[in-house]
Amino acid sequence: MVEFTLPKNSRVMKGAVFTSPTSAKNIRKFKIYRYDADTGKNPRLDTYEVDMDTCGPMVLDALIKIKNEIDSSLTFRRSCREGVCGSCAMNIDGTNTLACIKDLKEVNGDVKIYPLPHMPVLKDLVPDLTEAYEQYTSIKPWLKSDTPVSGKERLQTPEERQELDGLWECVLCFSCSTSCPSYWWNGDKYLGPAALLQAYRWLADSRDDSTKDRLEELEDPFKMYRCHTIMNCTKTCPKNLNPAKAIAKTKKMMLEHG
Amino acid sequence: MAKTYDIIEHIHDVVVVGAGGAGLRATLGMTAEGLSTACVTKVFPTRSHTVAAQGGVGAALGNMQEDSWQWHMYDTVKGADWLGDQDAIEYMCREAPAAVYELENFGVPFSRTDEGKIYQRPFGGHMKNFGEAPVERACAAADRTGHAILHTLYQQCLKYNAEFFVEYFAIDLIMDEEGNCRGVLAWNLADGTMHRFLGKLTVLASGGYGRSYFSATSAHTCTGDGHGMVARAGLPLQDMEFVQFHPTGIYGSGCLITEGSRGEGGYLTNSEGEAFMERYAPTAKDLASRDVVSRAMTVEIREGRGVGDDNDHILLHLEHLGEDVLHKRLPGITETARIFAGVDASQEPIPVLPTVHYNMGGIPTNYHGEVLRPTLNDPDAICPGLMSIGEAACVSVHGANRLGTNSLIDLVVFGRAAALRAKDILKNYDLNKPIDNNSLESGLERFDSLRYSDGKQSTADVRLNMQRIMQNNAAVFRTSEILTEGCELIDKAGAAMKDLKTKDRSLIWNSDLVETLELENLMACSKTTLYSAEARKESRGAQAHEDYPDRDDENWMKHTLAWLREDGSVNLDYRPVHTYTLTDDVEYIEPKARVY
Ligand SMILES: Cc1cc2nc3c(=O)[nH]c(=O)nc-3n(C[C@H](O)[C@H](O)[C@H](O)COP(=O)(O)OP(=O)(O)OC[C@H]3O[C@@H](n4cnc5c(N)ncnc54)[C@H](O)[C@@H]3O)c2cc1C
Ligand code: SF4
Ligand code: FES
Repeated sequence: MVEFTLPKNSRVMKGAVFTSPTSAKNIRKFKIYRYDADTGKNPRLDTYEVDMDTCGPMVLDALIKIKNEIDSSLTFRRSCREGVCGSCAMNIDGTNTLACIKDLKEVNGDVKIYPLPHMPVLKDLVPDLTEAYEQYTSIKPWLKSDTPVSGKERLQTPEERQELDGLWECVLCFSCSTSCPSYWWNGDKYLGPAALLQAYRWLADSRDDSTKDRLEELEDPFKMYRCHTIMNCTKTCPKNLNPAKAIAKTKKMMLEHG
Repeated sequence: MAKTYDIIEHIHDVVVVGAGGAGLRATLGMTAEGLSTACVTKVFPTRSHTVAAQGGVGAALGNMQEDSWQWHMYDTVKGADWLGDQDAIEYMCREAPAAVYELENFGVPFSRTDEGKIYQRPFGGHMKNFGEAPVERACAAADRTGHAILHTLYQQCLKYNAEFFVEYFAIDLIMDEEGNCRGVLAWNLADGTMHRFLGKLTVLASGGYGRSYFSATSAHTCTGDGHGMVARAGLPLQDMEFVQFHPTGIYGSGCLITEGSRGEGGYLTNSEGEAFMERYAPTAKDLASRDVVSRAMTVEIREGRGVGDDNDHILLHLEHLGEDVLHKRLPGITETARIFAGVDASQEPIPVLPTVHYNMGGIPTNYHGEVLRPTLNDPDAICPGLMSIGEAACVSVHGANRLGTNSLIDLVVFGRAAALRAKDILKNYDLNKPIDNNSLESGLERFDSLRYSDGKQSTADVRLNMQRIMQNNAAVFRTSEILTEGCELIDKAGAAMKDLKTKDRSLIWNSDLVETLELENLMACSKTTLYSAEARKESRGAQAHEDYPDRDDENWMKHTLAWLREDGSVNLDYRPVHTYTLTDDVEYIEPKARVY
């Protein structure tokens, strides 16, 4: 019999309510997960009322407005604010996505914001991604080639280069991995869609000549074969990439290389 | 104070602050040379601002048509409006092709020509045959070149097992009594601990300070932290008045639409539907250098030919390029235009406005990356133990105005140069005097007092006030009156730093405190920018002074140096521009009028 225990601090308490000034006419409620490791207290869900007439269009705009005007202790990662750095991944309205390109109009009713699921939380909306980064490193995400270079570029046809489209654009936000039930339960052994997409990125690169080694390293009951084609990864990817397809292609290469 | 915070000590050969393109290229080089190197960064490496660079990295490969590094050098000198140091510019343009081939060999997924070579597109100010007509020089990975380069450099660092300290915030430099730099004090956000990184060399690769302004294409993390650290260590900042406005930030959000879109054939129009750049730059048109295009747009808007309900912006047309080019060459900005302007770029024009984009000024260095501490007798004297590279530094290759694609190439060329120099310096290193705990005192005290600050004004309010002052008083066009007012206003805004109120007192991921530390750095940048601009009585590159509309080489062909005094005031001086080249292969390019 498998026994599931809820992770530490999984009980979320009711939190504070920050009401907006009465002058605001167009108010929206944001319910945001808060956790402060320094206090050791259980997490809570704080409610912020935000005046939408003076708020930008994206979820990140609202978070920044709350931090600037209501509660400066609210903590989240952000940098580029245009969906290219992968910092602001979080769970918004039940979906993992990037806050800076998530339009508030796409959310109905109160806006509920949690950190990426099933990751240890450092504070509020900031998950600890150390393990996910290590998994990325474990697939040896660099060009491996014994072909000597000439002091110029390696040649690659536009068609060969096109094989990399949809792979190299990944921003390592881990929205996909943290939306995957297989990853939730076996995150220590299953690499997860983000790392696997990158594993395929190198398999697909005509300049790389360690295909055999790369495939061999994935030959293990967990690393890749814990993917059960649930497809959450592809559904959630805020960059419209398709990790599930990359995994399927890797499995096919595996068969071909027997 | 050192008693209230436990300090964890690290000893390395080199401490690199920053993991953008510059920091990673240096870390890679130093690690590969066998130097023990710590790379300290406040964001995970691939989240650094370099990831946002779009259009390309400049190098005269000649893959599409004939090109030469001498033409690249000429364009860079002219783009810089003769404020660049020509020895450094020669070095950069000569080394550029090898640096780009190296990037490709590392694995950067460049777009390709039919022959399988690296694809290159035209870019503003890059011309053939000494200014004749635009040339394809920008080596591109679609319109996500920064992403491609940054991820690849990080991957190479992983390959060499480089040592990273991720989400560590560098607070201050550690300087010894003789004024040598000995390392940095940093705060680990994940667990709240304090760290002293001692290094024989410290390399600041902390990026620009776009967030001094209200609207910028730069990321939220571009807060001039290295500039702040250097200013507090009593060292000068150079040419801070030169702030680049990119012609095509999206109206409203400020997100960038790459100049590569005009390289692919895009053009700007005013409310009369006129492609007005032809009037301002008959040869280069929409591909004139950025200062020229941004000024032209501002003039159009001022003279009532802006578009929109408030006649306050300009239109960028890409519709005629066709879906195929947009999809293949400009997929990133097509997406950005849809998300942030609600525009389908294949059908309608994108509303744009000149937006703060890049800092030509910064920490003065020589072309090896060594930080300068100019003295009366030696304007090129160095500060031992300290280096700087990337946008944080002012080498100066960009002078008064940077050409597009010249920043990415600057990052990798000088990142590599710093690694080469480090190896040489460390061979004869003899600074072994122990360093005492007092060297940490001022940094820790500053940290602690901001952590517990209990005045009346929030960090966000003071920051907003500063950003508005910069936006209004250090804009595309400047006058003495506006600049003088700006200096007065920024002094008042700066005084508010003593009356700050923070709410969060914790140490683990206290982002309230991070933003406050960043604000202090931004304030140092804003002040030195305004004071330097106020003093420069001429127009050159990005400094367009309406009371002094001409370039004045006789009096002003010199680098501004700005020191921040302890009382918060700014002290200015100057050092000569290098009017010589590095080798005899090229001659010094004499100043002349700048026409595009
Ligand atoms: C939207 C956009 C598009 C651009 N496109 C192009 C282009 O096409 N071609 C081109 O040549 N240039 C382009 N540029 C300019 C170019 O991208 C930047 O100038 C360049 O990336 C800066 O790189 P960097 O390595 O100096 O710093 P950054 O990439 O900004 O990295 C700074 C690093 O320093 C670290 N850091 C900062 N402060 C601290 C601290 N206190 N403690 C610890 N770590 C710290 C950060 O974590 C980060 O790792 C573009 C700029 C923008 C804004
Ligand atoms: S595949 Fe998509 S969701 Fe997954 S890490 Fe990459 S960008 Fe994020
Ligand atoms: S802030 Fe960079 S992806 Fe959202």
